[in-house]
Amino acid sequence: MTDSKTSDTETAELETFRNETRAWLEANCPPEMRKPATSDADVFWGGRNAKFSSEPQRIWFERMRDKGWTVPDWPKEYGGGGLSAAEHKVLRAEMARMGVRPPLSSFGIWMLGPALLKYGNDAQKKEHLPKIAAGEIRWCQGYSEPNAGSDLASLQTRAESDGDDFVITGSKIWTSYANYADWIFCLVRTDPAAKKHDGISFILFDMTSKGVSTKPILLISGYSPFCETFFDGVRVPKSHVVGTVNRGWDVAKYLLQHERAMISGMGERGVGRPLGLIAADSVGTDPQGKLDDAMLRGKIASFDVDEAALAACAERAVDLAKAGQAHPAFSSAMKYYGTELNKRRYEILMSAGGVDALEWESERSKQGARPRAWLRTKANSIEGGTSEVMLGIVAKRILDLPGA
Amino acid sequence: MALVLTEEQSMLRDSARGLISDKAPVSHLRHLRDSKDPTGFSKELWQSFAEMGFAGLLVPEEFGGSGLGFMEAGVVMEEIGRTLMPSPFLATSVIAASALNRGGSAAQKSEYLPKISNGSLLATLAIDEGAKHRPLQTNLQAVRAGNGFKLSAAKALVVDGHVADLFIVAARTSGAAGEREGLTLFLVNSKAKGVAIERTIMVDAHNAARIEFANVEVTADSVLGEVDQGAALLDGVLDIGRGAVAAEMVGLSDEVFGRTVEYLKNRKQFGKLIGEFQALQHRAAELYVDIEITRAATMKALQALDADVAKAASAVAVAKARAGTTATRAVQEGVQMHGGMGMTDQFDIGFFMKRARVCEELFGDANYHTEQLARARGY
Repeated sequence: MTDSKTSDTETAELETFRNETRAWLEANCPPEMRKPATSDADVFWGGRNAKFSSEPQRIWFERMRDKGWTVPDWPKEYGGGGLSAAEHKVLRAEMARMGVRPPLSSFGIWMLGPALLKYGNDAQKKEHLPKIAAGEIRWCQGYSEPNAGSDLASLQTRAESDGDDFVITGSKIWTSYANYADWIFCLVRTDPAAKKHDGISFILFDMTSKGVSTKPILLISGYSPFCETFFDGVRVPKSHVVGTVNRGWDVAKYLLQHERAMISGMGERGVGRPLGLIAADSVGTDPQGKLDDAMLRGKIASFDVDEAALAACAERAVDLAKAGQAHPAFSSAMKYYGTELNKRRYEILMSAGGVDALEWESERSKQGARPRAWLRTKANSIEGGTSEVMLGIVAKRILDLPGA
Repeated sequence: MALVLTEEQSMLRDSARGLISDKAPVSHLRHLRDSKDPTGFSKELWQSFAEMGFAGLLVPEEFGGSGLGFMEAGVVMEEIGRTLMPSPFLATSVIAASALNRGGSAAQKSEYLPKISNGSLLATLAIDEGAKHRPLQTNLQAVRAGNGFKLSAAKALVVDGHVADLFIVAARTSGAAGEREGLTLFLVNSKAKGVAIERTIMVDAHNAARIEFANVEVTADSVLGEVDQGAALLDGVLDIGRGAVAAEMVGLSDEVFGRTVEYLKNRKQFGKLIGEFQALQHRAAELYVDIEITRAATMKALQALDADVAKAASAVAVAKARAGTTATRAVQEGVQMHGGMGMTDQFDIGFFMKRARVCEELFGDANYHTEQLARARGY
């Protein structure tokens, strides 16, 4: 199984790219940015009102932005880095190796961007993609409604035609960071008479438009980025529809695949200290140095096995996609497993923390960071499609099991 | 390296699948079992394996082999897992060939590797002594005698033990059970005086034997690697075997799952296809996810072995642990979802359950490998 000459050349070019990338990251990434973010303040989300929490955060963001590496695999004309799939993988691997933070976190990058690249027209791509890449506009997602959760396609927010505009009335829920977002990508019903999947459009508008209001939601974990969002006769030009009017469900589904892939990768996989050592801090060890709780130790070890295996599967999912062999619904499988695993991680952390993990408000407990994070993970298997919905998608779309 | 098969690996898979599904479907194993075949595998088929370059797949080209890697060995193992074909491939071509290639002297390599490649020599590793896989507990004594050694004690679950020409025996030349220091690997001719072989008919109808060594004399030339320093060589060889068995279990799991999903699409009860019931759909979907994750972990382990056997231990532990739990789940759901049919000997599903149980024990079960990972991570 010898490599052909072409692939030898490709391998050599990729190695050159790896060396250059490593050197550039070493030279340009401030030391403060070489450890995982520990709070939301460590994350830079961009937007009109964005503020940097530190000087290193600003420097890191600007250097990466100027290189197009906030969105390394987007085309250069839209502010991306124009990297090939293989180069992008190398960059990610090098960033992970050094433990550097992403310079910009954004629903524009993770969700809207891929959908615009596939479904947007030229004007929309030119208008929105560069601003996402440069962190100028912060986006939020208007999908779920009070009566359209798992059954998202039953959404009722209506957009009525009025000349060149749609007039939008209704409400959304679980709109993350709606109170900070500049623009929203939103699912609205443009044809109430059509079958539920057929009358939906995918539309973009400014959150400062007249008639938009938001209200944060308090969760069992305390303050949250989630909001309720209300639209009272919001006027939006029809040119802001992405894709075809009434065909927004195609865009929505495509975007959801990206969202699910993102959520499945959200756990703190493989970074930082092994979970078993974190547990040993509070549980203690026996004379042989083993965690002094055999049952917990077993649970942690099983978790570690599954986490390492999932990491391999996430890597393979990317490779399959590049090779054109990925099943489009595979992100549902990853989302299901990744979120269930993250919940397991926090059950273990709570068990390991014992009484110390129960404090809710003290300075000592960083305002109850652990129990709040634990409670927050319970939403992982609900948001972006519940585990049950994911399993249903796998059963029907991948396994082709008959519909009920 | 991408975690997808290359074009060459896909071609290898197709040719292995073609041969195996044609010549050795599950009915082949059934026939060997029911006829109490004394060899326990098809010699003719093994010759075809040799002619196609599979017998010497891991053997370097200078010794008549194909010079391929562990990913490729995994590709063949996965196909073997799909039809449960009994074959010397694991014991001879993967484990023994790797042991000789990694630890053998020039003389040992040129004596044995060409014969493995052309299919004329069968070899196997004799490691386990107790009920569970505990390589460091090896206590088979090898005592210096004149220029050589004398081996005494017994080995269990020696794969292909009753047909092998050559045993690679893990023995203790110094130290006590449990210690890394003092382990030595020996090459022992199966016809040597004092070797007693008892074929053990196992639950999965695959080949295994118990071997008694009663003061078996071997020369100093029979040492594979270095005296007392065999643990590192043994670790590597076992990890290679574990990676291969994990690949077999992925093939087995995938096959039993495919058959089960087909059954869900065809079996009717209560006036509808049982695959319409959400209770079964969700269990099938969970199992699918489990298998895909285990497949990726196994590919990762094989890739790690190809990169550096000495650094692959954690990836292999993850793969073998996952393969064990996944295959166990796959065969249990397979039997359960096939209902009463799944319990009949006439139906093939039971063969998969039996083989999965043996694969789970081979070279350490899920508990063993999960424990290894915990130790490697220091807790």
